[in-house]
This record gives sequence, structure tokens and C-alpha cells, in this order.
Amino acid sequence: MSLSPVLKEVRYLQREENTPWKELSNAQIYWQLFKNIFMLSACTFGGGFVIISMMKKKFVEKLHWISEEEMLDMTAIAQSAPGPLGVNIAIVTGYRIRKIPGALICTLGAILPPLIIISIISLFYNQFKDNAVIALALQVMRVGVAAVIVDVVINLAKNVLKTKNILWIGVMVGAFVATVFFKVSAIVLILICGGIGLIYSLISTLISERRKGSK
Amino acid sequence: MIYLRLFWAFFQIGLFSFGGGYAAVPLIQSQIVENYHWMEMSQFADLITIAEMTPGPIIVNSATFVGQQIAGFPGAIICTLGSIMPSLLIVLLLSWVYMKFRNLGTVQGILTGLRPAIVALIASAGLSLLVLALFNTSLSEIVLSQIELSKGVLADFRMVEGFLFVACLVLLRKYKANPIVIIFGSGIVGTVVYLLM
Repeated sequence: MSLSPVLKEVRYLQREENTPWKELSNAQIYWQLFKNIFMLSACTFGGGFVIISMMKKKFVEKLHWISEEEMLDMTAIAQSAPGPLGVNIAIVTGYRIRKIPGALICTLGAILPPLIIISIISLFYNQFKDNAVIALALQVMRVGVAAVIVDVVINLAKNVLKTKNILWIGVMVGAFVATVFFKVSAIVLILICGGIGLIYSLISTLISERRKGSK
Repeated sequence: MIYLRLFWAFFQIGLFSFGGGYAAVPLIQSQIVENYHWMEMSQFADLITIAEMTPGPIIVNSATFVGQQIAGFPGAIICTLGSIMPSLLIVLLLSWVYMKFRNLGTVQGILTGLRPAIVALIASAGLSLLVLALFNTSLSEIVLSQIELSKGVLADFRMVEGFLFVACLVLLRKYKANPIVIIFGSGIVGTVVYLLM
């Protein structure tokens, strides 16, 4: 008997998790933003692309607040600015959902976990860095982090393959080879691939206008 | 005024740290160790170790650490704010431009070209991490070394991590497991297995 209100509460919370953000109140949206960014920031061992993979799973696949294309565009924006990728992507996401207040809330969510964790560790860092079990756990944890990224990459790559456009598949494969084998930097890749996209769109509009003209 | 100097030092670090991650390390070093003498080189090496072992970007981690050591908790907050202020301003500007102009044809074209490249960047980050986890070496070492040498490196394959990776991936793809649970779960299971072995 005492269990049913709890279950109801759980069901209510689950429903809240899945409603589109336009139906939520302001406070609920800010809370969801802060809570999710805080949690992801607290758990991102291994750099900015981990947080992007986790955010894609949360905001695109689970909450459906952001489309997959937007997530990739936002990643490009975060990459194009200086500063840590994990913080940058949080700022863009906040701005996308709730303009400047959203961006500030997300920034706070992104920097609070490292601020708290490092403040505590810096007080007794010798014991921390010499602890063998902590070192082992952190090393093995990389496998879980890698699995999360690989999972996200499979989904993203599938969607690029689905376009069946040889140019975009080629850009994806070429960019991958360039970063892995030739150490081409992200900024250079963004400039080149943005240029390819621009030229492609200019040429295709030109062709379609010609066709219209000839008809 | 120490707070102002701390803020300005980390503002510069934040502003010039393109590329993220380890690209920022030499920049932090030149500011903290060489320019302001806030830290010895050995302390700096410890700082990088800790920053690497904990979640969060290396810039924010080192800002917090240096601030805490120099001026206590207020110092940590000042340094952290300084380090992310340039990002905040520049990312907000770019986001505004994106939201305003993303429906233009030319901007659409640029973004369409960028998306597969971003997928590739995420994939290469994932591959580096996977290689580090499974072979305990960096990806560039395998790619750049000769074939015989890479065979030696590949022989170092770690079975425990290999099994864990497959298990994690199955849980994620088939059962839609929560990524945070996966990350901490792999850490706990792997540690227990290694301690029992």
C-alpha cells in the first residue's frame, strides 16, 4: 500500500524526463540543464569528446531536446572557440535551450564538479596520487569511456552512411584518416570541410538555377 | 592585487588554448612556472598527473589547483572563472551567429560539410582512447612505429580490458545502458578482477 505513491512518483519523474522541453516550466528546464551537465561533467574522464558523446546520448537520444544535426553543428562551434571542449559544448547547449541564462547555468554545471573535486584533492594530494587502487580503477575505467564513445560513433556514422552521398561519406573517411594517420588538427579540418560544404552548396544551387533557366 | 593577477593569468590561458586537452599544458606551464613563478616544475608535474586522474578539463583543473594553493578557495574560484571567461564570451557570440544565420543556404552548406568531419573527429578520439585502454600505449605510437614494432605493441593486448569493452558495448547497444553506470561499472568490475588475479 505504501509502495504505490512511490511508484506513481517514479512514473511521474520518468514522464518528466521524456517530455519535450517546450512543455516544461522554466524552473524545470533550468534544473534539468544544470543537473544533466553537472552529472556529465563529474563523470568525464578522458577529455571533451567523451562529454560530447554523453551529451548526445542524453539530450538527443533520451530527452529529444536537440536534433542530431544540431548536436554536430554545436560540436563544430565548441571546437572553433578556444577553451576546453567540455565547457564550450555546455555553453552552446545552454544557449540553444534557454539563451544567455541557460548558457550561464550550464557553464556553472560544467565547472562546479572539477572545482569541487580538485579543491578537495589539492588539500591532500600526496595520498591521492600514490594510491595504487585509485590509479588502477582510473586506468580500467578508460574501457567504459571508450565503449560509450564507440557506441555514439556507430550511431553517427550510420546516419552519414544512410545519406548514400559519396561526398559526405568520403569527407568522413578522409577526415578520419587525416586525424589518425597525419595528425591534422581539428581546426584545420573544420576549415577545410566547411569550405568543401560551402563550395558544394554553391555549385548545386548554381546547377539547379541553370536547370530552372533552361526550362 | 593577487586575485586580479590570478584572474588575468588564467584568462590568457583560456583565450589561447585552442585544440583543448594537452595543447593547453605548455601554455599553463609558461604562465604559472616561468612567468609568475607560482609553482615549481615538480609541483607542476604533480598538478598535471592529478588533472589527468580526475574528471574535468585540464585548464579548469589546473586553475582550481593553482588558485587553491596561492590564495585558498576564493583564489580557486577566481582562477576558474578567469580560465573559462574567454570561452564563455566567444562561444556565446558563435552560438548567437549560428542561431541567427543557420537557415541561410550558404551556412547550411558549410554545416553540411562539417557534420561528417565532426563524426570523424569523435571517432578518432574514441579510437585513441580505446587503444590506450586495450594496449596501454598511445595511438600515434602504433601508427608511426614500424610494422615489427607495432606487432610487439599489439602483443600487449590486455584481455581483461578486452572482455570488459565488449561487455560494455553490448550493454550500451542492446540494452541501452546508462553511460555513467557503464563508466563507473567498468572501473569497479575491472579493479576487482585485477585485485583478485
